[in-house]
Amino acid sequence: MAKKRIGLQTVRLEQPPVIIGAAAVAGPMEAQGPLGHEFDQTYPDLTIGQSSFERAERQMMIDACNLALQRAGVTAKPPAVDYFLAGDLLNQIITATFSGLSLAVPMYGLYGACSTFSEALSIGAQLIDGGYADRVLCAVSSHNATVERQYRYPTEYGNQRKPYAQFTVTGAGAVVLAAAGDGPRITYCTTGKVVDYGIADPFNQGAAMAPAAVETIQAHLQETGRTVDDYDLIVTGDLARFGRDMAVKLAAQRNLTLGKNYNDCGAMIYDPTRQDVHSGGSGCASSAIVTCGHLLKEMARGKLKRILVVATGALLSPTTFQQGENIPAIAHAVALEA
Amino acid sequence: MMYLKAFLVGGLICLIAQLILDNTKFSPGHVLSGLTVAGGVLGGLGLYDRLVAFAGAGASVPISSFGNSLVKGALQEVETHGLVGVLTGMFEVTSAGIAAAIVFAFLVAVTFNPKS
Repeated sequence: MAKKRIGLQTVRLEQPPVIIGAAAVAGPMEAQGPLGHEFDQTYPDLTIGQSSFERAERQMMIDACNLALQRAGVTAKPPAVDYFLAGDLLNQIITATFSGLSLAVPMYGLYGACSTFSEALSIGAQLIDGGYADRVLCAVSSHNATVERQYRYPTEYGNQRKPYAQFTVTGAGAVVLAAAGDGPRITYCTTGKVVDYGIADPFNQGAAMAPAAVETIQAHLQETGRTVDDYDLIVTGDLARFGRDMAVKLAAQRNLTLGKNYNDCGAMIYDPTRQDVHSGGSGCASSAIVTCGHLLKEMARGKLKRILVVATGALLSPTTFQQGENIPAIAHAVALEA
Repeated sequence: MMYLKAFLVGGLICLIAQLILDNTKFSPGHVLSGLTVAGGVLGGLGLYDRLVAFAGAGASVPISSFGNSLVKGALQEVETHGLVGVLTGMFEVTSAGIAAAIVFAFLVAVTFNPKS
């Protein structure tokens, strides 16, 4: 086995890369949610002063990148990062592409649906630990009005949503990783495998992704020799409340107890008692803005020491689900340690 | 009395659609086209017009009425022009509804910007 590989799915970063800067920007619904005060920048409406929702999403990603670079004390010009790793949920990951155009640094576009955040952190960390980069900028975004029409129905259609349906998070998160510096370190990355548990309803993505999350968490714990209790917090990306409960049950069937130190970003981001979001949040931005806006700050405050971020992706293609195929899912885990 | 009948019949059609949406895996698109086809079948059997006579707008406003109109237009044209009437007649009765949808959608799209 390769030197830094400790299992079939897990790598150990020999010199753990550091998160030297991070930023979360969020839309109006997220700003009103329980974590609203934690976000670095929020916008009063979904258009963000742009002529289209797609342009608004792009602006959010660029804002998040600039803020993260600022926090890290590096500037985008002249290029102070070696790579830009980014992804989103629109066709051809066009938000990431246009952001890459304005940043003008070497770029890899990523697509892992809503798992893209931890996918970017994993790849960025490995590029740095491998000695191929000193600094890497990772960014993801999602926007309620662009993504809902991409995967479900246009919001203008006024479609009825089922109780287990999720609400796409509007926001963007960006992280600057570096070989050295102050901040939380990425110590382990566990890469998920694509799973299919027979879910074919695009409104029920929490159920499609819960098994992927549990499999990745289990693989991570087995291969690192850690237990659930070794983490102050394990968060999944966007299973939301129904998916979170499902993940707890699935884990219990595998003798894995996900208790008080387990939560889901999609369930944390909104307040279901006063916000009409049904099961909770979904989208790339769910794990990204909760991690960048809230969890990393909790680590800086000393309230969290070691966390496992398991971003979950429903690898749904609008074409294949209309042809009756199931929704495959994936989850990637990254361990962050203060 | 007509108001009550319209309320009950229109409400019943919507209730059936809502029950299908809530309890099956069918999407809103499925329910929409399902109701249209059901209206068409009932229209072909001559039953939908009786429902309209009984419940007025309760039967003529839901989308099932559109299916009925499609079939009725086709049948009327068939009587005067033969089999080709199936093709020419289908939008004969429904053209006002379709043209209105296009015109009003255009006006709204030109006038307003999308919001959340």
